[in-house]
Amino acid sequence: MSEQYEPVIVGFLCNWCSYRAADLAGTSRLHYAPNMRPIRVMCTARIEPQFVLKALRDGADGVLIAGCHPGECHYVEGNIKALRRHILLKQMLRQLGVEEERVQIVWASASEGNLLAQAVDRMTEELRDLGPLRWKQTVLSGNGHGKPASVAPTAVAEEV
Amino acid sequence: MYWAASCGGCEISVLNIGDKLLDVDAAYDVAFWPVAADFKYDDVRGYPDGYIDVCLYNGAVRNSENEEMAHLLRQKSKVLVAFGSCAYEGCIPALANLTTKEAIFRSVYQDNPSIDNPDGVFPQPVSEVPEGVLHIPEFYETVKSLDQVVPVDYTIPGCPPEPEQIWAVLEAVTAALTAGAELPPAGSIVGAGTVAVCEECSLEKNEKTIERFYRPYEITPEPELCLLEQGILCMGPATRGGCGALCPQVGMGCRGCYGPLDDVEDQGAKMLSAIASVVDVGAPDEEEAELEEKIAAAMDTLADPAGTFYRFSMSKSLLQRARPDGGRPTGGRPTGGRPAE
Repeated sequence: MSEQYEPVIVGFLCNWCSYRAADLAGTSRLHYAPNMRPIRVMCTARIEPQFVLKALRDGADGVLIAGCHPGECHYVEGNIKALRRHILLKQMLRQLGVEEERVQIVWASASEGNLLAQAVDRMTEELRDLGPLRWKQTVLSGNGHGKPASVAPTAVAEEV
Repeated sequence: MYWAASCGGCEISVLNIGDKLLDVDAAYDVAFWPVAADFKYDDVRGYPDGYIDVCLYNGAVRNSENEEMAHLLRQKSKVLVAFGSCAYEGCIPALANLTTKEAIFRSVYQDNPSIDNPDGVFPQPVSEVPEGVLHIPEFYETVKSLDQVVPVDYTIPGCPPEPEQIWAVLEAVTAALTAGAELPPAGSIVGAGTVAVCEECSLEKNEKTIERFYRPYEITPEPELCLLEQGILCMGPATRGGCGALCPQVGMGCRGCYGPLDDVEDQGAKMLSAIASVVDVGAPDEEEAELEEKIAAAMDTLADPAGTFYRFSMSKSLLQRARPDGGRPTGGRPTGGRPAE
């Protein structure tokens, strides 16, 4: 309990820009928060809303989607489609009580390792402020029927 | 047949099978059907385990009574069928998962304009009156589907299920019970199709590019043309067929009552994905902030996304309900764009 709460971010990075940005951040030996678990996808348009919801349900505190800048998509406008989904998904998540800092989209080209690193740093701090999400424990607990045991978002600090 | 948390439309839909009811009557004795015949819960408790051949359970599990009956009927039935959308995936009652028990009680027993409740009296599971102690069912925080409470053998989707589909299922079960025909594998969804509603819909479909959504009162749809193309939200692409696409073909977008297709975990997320793909606003050459604004404005014309996409499937969705504390209200920073320098 004494340890500082470390948010878990699931990162979906596009193969052509942002995964390479992450590579660059690594090879440039940039120091940034180790909280993102990167997953490479071919394009941000591959990311189904189901992926994001599943990550949130199964223990992630936030989801970061990173792809090429608009106009630079390897598949012409996959990232625009991803942005459309993302905006609608955020509107829906607001109704479900998920803060908008928890699901973010950023654009980082292959040469922008520093931007990606900054985005991860910034998001980690934002999630630290918000506290853990712990969807299964706080929202679906108590047999799913009763009042959840604890709904205070900042009550628990533990390594997930 | 048991009526849990639902509107009762499923009970009526059984009557819609018309004169086939006589065949049902010939093949079965009614063991328990509170809406149509005088049976008590104690009658069911008195039956030996597995006494009931087929139990059609309609309605979601909303309170402790529904849950108790689910367990009891499971124990007493050979085949337990989740009948209709509520039992299958929560349906309209499960939209209450977007709010809390407390908020529901407050609006029903206190804030409604027609309510006069100066002492703030709310239902209590146990209350003492001069005549003794009263027990009423406990109202749960979260609405669940039947299969989240007890194992279910078959599911008939629909709000309500279509009469031909009900009859087809009853016929198959009767054949299995009387003539030894084979039942479908346990856990199956029966009385429904395996392709999307769009496949059954006769409206003309073209490339879909829409710039905004219209609510039904804002537009008179062109007949013969796909509703989604006209900006009217239609859940057809993400909804299991089997109903014959009744709604879209009379100008009302599919509501999504037959639930998700096979291998889909979350109908709402699939629909969100499909919808976002047909919105054709914003081009790659636009400035990033402007692009986001334009898309957000188009998406804003879609009223109540969670209630629309999960109108029938909230209980079975990945997140299942909204956070009871509503999350922390946030000022909101722009989506996407370059990270702050």
